[in-house]
Parts: sequence; structure tokens; C-alpha cells
Amino acid sequence: MDFYFGLAQIIGVHTLLGLSAYIVLLTGQVSLAQAGFFAIGAYAAGMLTVLAGWHIVPALGAGMVIGSATACAVGFPALRVKGLMLVIATLAFGEGIRLFFFNFDYQVAKGGVQLGPLGGEGFRQIRFFPENGWSTLEVMLFIWIFVVLVMLLLWWFDRSRYGAVLRAVGEDELAAQSVGINLTAVKVSAMTVGGAIAGLGGGLYAHYTTHIEHASFNILVATFAIAYPIVGGLASVLGTLFAVIFVQGVLIEGLRFLGDWRNLLFGALIVLAMNLRPRGILDAQAIVWFKRLFGGGKRNA
Amino acid sequence: MLELRGVSRYFGGVRAVDGLDLEVKEGEILGLIGPNGSGKSTTVNLITGLIPLSSGEVRFCGKDLAELPVHKRLQGGIARTFQNIRLFGQLTVWQNLWVAQNSPEDHARRGFFSRWLGGQRGVREEISQLLEFSGLADKQNELASNLAFGEQRRLELARALAARPKLLLLDEPAAGMNVEEIADLDERIRKLRGHGVTVLLIEHHMELVMAITDRVAVLNFGQKIAEGTPAEVQIDPAVQKAYLGGAEE
Repeated sequence: MDFYFGLAQIIGVHTLLGLSAYIVLLTGQVSLAQAGFFAIGAYAAGMLTVLAGWHIVPALGAGMVIGSATACAVGFPALRVKGLMLVIATLAFGEGIRLFFFNFDYQVAKGGVQLGPLGGEGFRQIRFFPENGWSTLEVMLFIWIFVVLVMLLLWWFDRSRYGAVLRAVGEDELAAQSVGINLTAVKVSAMTVGGAIAGLGGGLYAHYTTHIEHASFNILVATFAIAYPIVGGLASVLGTLFAVIFVQGVLIEGLRFLGDWRNLLFGALIVLAMNLRPRGILDAQAIVWFKRLFGGGKRNA
Repeated sequence: MLELRGVSRYFGGVRAVDGLDLEVKEGEILGLIGPNGSGKSTTVNLITGLIPLSSGEVRFCGKDLAELPVHKRLQGGIARTFQNIRLFGQLTVWQNLWVAQNSPEDHARRGFFSRWLGGQRGVREEISQLLEFSGLADKQNELASNLAFGEQRRLELARALAARPKLLLLDEPAAGMNVEEIADLDERIRKLRGHGVTVLLIEHHMELVMAITDRVAVLNFGQKIAEGTPAEVQIDPAVQKAYLGGAEE
């Protein structure tokens, strides 16, 4: 059973990673910097519990704040460029963060043991959960509380005017500013919220794996972050969750029996999924269908 | 209300707008006409700030607009529609109007929280009025991209009005419309004037221009070649020459 709890932990953390890219993607911006914010949250929260002896909840909060502050600071210059240029700019930032942690040493002796990040060796012994005797199930539930909270928050955004404005900007920037929307403010706010979610996800990730290193935040992770909302569809936050389950649960774990052939089939299945459902697994049409199924078609003004 | 002084815009060697002086007076409907490529749409883009000026000055209610970004100009009271309709196609009709509520009155009346994170309830009344005005009440939950052409034009007009503009720039609102739709548009623009909105109407459809404008300015190659009442402009030889390629004299 622990295997499934472990899988659920991975799915939860990756859902947060995907949702951090989802809100930025709503404004039409493709950001490969999410792995960078994820790394910042992971290192910050890890250092606070291990070196400063904080409880995990405030440490996660601090990771969120630092992640969102970085995202906000990166957002202003980065969002002046568009399309492919933005992809390159955010990729450069993400790699910059990774290389920073590759060279980052900050070790403190605690009880005769050196603890803390040690460059390429990574940051070992982030042992808040084992030290406090949390079982895999408890850790899994802890992670999912945050996943559900973030999904509720984004679902609320989606139903508010803010969500509609994000989508309006994503659709037509020219028309959006012509109806009085401040493009910079909207894009940077989406980036900031995305940075907070990535920072939270990173903090959780650091604590359940207990060992992080620069390679845990490479370009592949950045690509996954952006792939989840694209594969899942931008119609609803549930799309990202479905995509993570599809990728992490079905493709990566479900195909393990294939050995090395798995990676080949993995790519092929993504291509197939995008061909069958070009607007994502859960697109606007699927939502209409679900609403009809559950008889909720009478909401709205 | 709106004053353009010596406004120019060059694209490389092309003088799209060349030393244009134009004044829109409060409460009037000013027509801006001219052959294709004479700089009418560029003028609208210069007024709303989508393209920067090469030289000259645009003043609105006495204030120089030079430093204001596009969204501030809208909040200052200048709204527009586009020649090639630009709606938010994946949003519903209702949401298209919702996101456009960015007037200073809306800012003052609602706090930050309710303006951004509030639901649809608080603004239902105002949007219903706009839907009523544009005859789209029964389509409010349709995606904008699923509307018929004429409905899309009406929605774009309603979206511009959602910001409670003082000055409305209409860029060829009758393009592609049939006779009945144009009559309908005519009536709507008159109603707007009744509500105190000043209108700058760019249009190729001469019957509409001659019927509802108070004054008309004519552009050719980026320069103003005539200005006056519709009747005066119609008989102006320079205007006839620009449109018909007049005979050598």
C-alpha cells in the first residue's frame, strides 16, 4: 500500500508544479521558470526545517513567499518579451537558479553532523517527516491538503472576474489593453501566484524525498510543469490534475513493466493524447458534457 | 474634448498620418472618412496609444496623452471598437462585458477585492443593461466566437460601453453589415449621443455617415483635405477628386 501512497505524493507535488504553470499559461505566457521557483521553495523550506528548526508549516509558507517574490521580480523584465523569446528568457532564469544551487554551500554543524546544502552533492537529510514519525499515509494526506487548497483557490479565481481577465489577456493582448486591462499588472500577478504555488510544491517535494540536488530541478522538470496544463487542457484546474495522473500514474508507473521501452511509448502516448484531444484531456466541450451528466446546467446569471 | 495638433506617424518612408489637426467637440458625432489607406485607422491607434506618435500632440479634456499607456487612456474615458472585430472568443458574451468594466467609477465604487475576486452577482444589473441595449440578452452564455457576425459587432460596441466612455471611437462599425443592421446601428449610435457620449465615427458607408454625423473630416494620404458639415463636404471638389480620381482641369 505504501507504494500507492508514495505515488499519490508524487502526483500531489507534480499537480502543484503543473498548477503553477497553469495560471501563467492562462495569460498566454509559456514559462520554463517554474522549476526554478520550485527549487527555491524546496531549498528555502528545507533549510528552515533542518537548519533553523522550524515546523514544516511556517517553513512551507516562507518557501511560498520567497518563491512568489522571486517570480514577481522575474516577471517584470521577463514579461516584456513574448512568445519564443519569453520561453528562452525563462529557461535561462531556470537554469541560472539550478546552477546557483549547484554551487551553493551553506553547512552548519548540528550535533556533530554537517547539515545543509553542499553544492553538487545536494542537500541531504531533510528529515522533518521521519524525525517526527509521520507515516507515508500521513505525509500523503498532508500534501493533498495543500493540493486541494490550491485547487480550490484557483477554481475560485477562475470563477471570479480575475480569472476572466487572465483568459482575456491570454486571448488577445491588444484588445485586452484596449478595454482598460493593465497587461503588466495582470501578467506579473499571474506569475507571482504561480511562483507561490511552485514554491509550496518545492517545499513539500524537499521534505518527502528528504534529499534534493540541482538535478532535481532541471529542464525536464520545467518541461513537465508546462506539459501538464497543456496536456490536461486550460478549461479547468481539474485538467492539470488529470494530466498528472495520466503521466505519472499511467505512463510512468503503469508502463514500468516495459523496461527501457517505456520511454519510447511514453512519448508516443503523449503525441497520441494530443492528437485525440488537441485542446487537452479536459477541454471546454468535456466540461459541458460533465455538467449535463450531473444536471448542473442551470447555473450562471 | 479631443484635440489633435500636428499629429504625424511615419512607417519608414510612408507618412501614414501627416500633420493632422483635428478637434472633436463634446457631444457631437464627427465622421472621419477617406479612401482606403488614407490613415483613418492609424489615427484611431494613435489616439488610443496602440502606436506611438512620430510627432505632434493629442490632448483629451485638456490633458496631454503622450505619457499615458493604452489602458490608462481607456480609464480616462476613450473607448474604441476595432475594424476587424477583436472579441475574447473563448469567453462568454457576459464575460466579455465583465472584463471590460474598468472605468474609474467602477474602481471608486467597488473595493479591490470585490472588483477582482468577487463573483458575478454584484454587477449583474449593469451588464444586463448593456445586454439589453445591444439585444444580446438571450445570448449571454454563448461563447463570443459562436455569435453571428452582426452580433459580434454589437457585442464589441457593448464591450466598449462597459467602460462608460466619454468618447467612443468607432472604426468602421458598419463594415460587412446589411441594410437592416446598418439602420439598427444608426439608431444605436443616436441613442448613445442621447446618453451624452461623444462619437468619432470612421466609416466607408456614406449613407450612414451623411445621416448621423454633425461634421465630417476627410483624410487623404494622411492629410486632412476637407472638413465641414456633411452637405459641405459632399460638394467639395477636393473630396470628389480624392474619391473619384477627378479629371484634369
